[in-house]
Amino acid sequence: MVDMTDDLTNDHLTGTFQVKRGLAEMLKGGVIMDVVTSEHAKIAEDAGAVAVMALERVPADIRAQGGVARMSDPALIMEIEEAVTIPVMAKARIGHFAEAQILQSIGVDYIDESEVLTPADRENHIDKWKFDVPFVCGATNLGEALRRISEGAALIRSKGEAGTGNIVEAVYHLRSIVGDIKKLASADHAELYAWAKSLGAPYELVRMVADTGWLPVPLFCAGGIATPADASLVRQLGAESIFVGSGIFKSDNPSERARAIVEACVHYDDAGLVGRVSKGLGEAMRGLDDTSYGARLAERGW
Amino acid sequence: MLVGILALQGDFFAHASALDDLSVDVRFIRCPSDLDGIEGLVIPGGESTAMSLLIQSSGLYAPLMGLLNSGLPVLATCAGVIILSGEIVDGRDDQISFGMLDLSIKRNGYGRQLQSFETDIMLSTGGFHAIFIRAPRILKAGSDVEVLAAIEGVAGHDGADVVMCRQGSILACTFHPELTPDRSIHSMFVDQMKRRK
Repeated sequence: MVDMTDDLTNDHLTGTFQVKRGLAEMLKGGVIMDVVTSEHAKIAEDAGAVAVMALERVPADIRAQGGVARMSDPALIMEIEEAVTIPVMAKARIGHFAEAQILQSIGVDYIDESEVLTPADRENHIDKWKFDVPFVCGATNLGEALRRISEGAALIRSKGEAGTGNIVEAVYHLRSIVGDIKKLASADHAELYAWAKSLGAPYELVRMVADTGWLPVPLFCAGGIATPADASLVRQLGAESIFVGSGIFKSDNPSERARAIVEACVHYDDAGLVGRVSKGLGEAMRGLDDTSYGARLAERGW
Repeated sequence: MLVGILALQGDFFAHASALDDLSVDVRFIRCPSDLDGIEGLVIPGGESTAMSLLIQSSGLYAPLMGLLNSGLPVLATCAGVIILSGEIVDGRDDQISFGMLDLSIKRNGYGRQLQSFETDIMLSTGGFHAIFIRAPRILKAGSDVEVLAAIEGVAGHDGADVVMCRQGSILACTFHPELTPDRSIHSMFVDQMKRRK
């Protein structure tokens, strides 16, 4: 134990990795919901969301309408910040550090450097260490997750395939990340250098995963969650919290579905309860099967 | 000794690992039957609005109130303190409170995440490095509240803020001792449980 009595100071440090990661810790076991208006944001908060993601179009609409998807209008994000008391997240394009600077300047609580928006840089993600606001980034596998963490991400979400209402990619990514963590945890120390090479990730982070048996930041799941059963599934596969995008406000009964997904996320291992809250929710979002996605958003970023 | 950790939402795993360091058995609390036989309770950090809703839907409100009234030792951090406070400023109208702490407390009282901070505080046992995440701010503490630590010099705020206090069997921190490796605050809580036995 470190004795800190000798160097006590009155300094209040903001924007440290501890406070960035700390907020992600507080969101565990909860649901973060995509909202496009302040009314949606209130419905999400009423339903027990732990945070909202403020954006102009949910991923299903971005996918359907096409065109370049950019950061949302700051006025919309600020309106949503006013409307709710829970944390507000917003998305910046991959590599678009100017969008991230704007989002930080309007006080968002977390920035999602997101593949759902059109990437702004083919080679580089945002240098997230330069910011005081924390970042969440998507990942399809362990190497990608560790590269994002090495750039300063304080939270990782498996990417899944946003806007499809189809859980298949989320399951694939989550199994890949959690599976490789388990393999690393049982690997011989001499093997970690080869692991670092094959994952394309810094050795120090690979070593940390091997020693602790988990990522150095929380792991949430996104992309395709549409039902309480989907929430239960990805929680049982190791996701510590979930992001629900189009799945709520593209369904028949957003308020009740949101509430049910919150309960299912908390009591994910109680099938009786998940079954009860699944009753009579009406039509889920229609969704896309995996032969009709068109472009895969998850392939954006590297 | 068995400690129950309210595990509906928030950083309950961090508390479990802190108590594990002290070789204390823990049980996650998600429904009323989980409360049987616990000798202490942790109410973790998280979003107090979501926790409030989940406490009610899980049927935990009445049994928890019963245990609190019986003098069960409690460690509450951040959102946990809000849920136990008598007066919540900037809460939601439907937000529950157990009213066990004579505090007036303001949610996100230091601002949004960009104002989240870490700093060193002084306890009777020595220095402690405290992490404040969108922390609630104690505006007023009643005369039955024993102040254990305070901070000064937060930008835009005059005077000292109480950040750790005790009332009856409840130990309350507006910061997160579970997020740093120093176990002195969790030890204080465990000692309190031992004294009650």
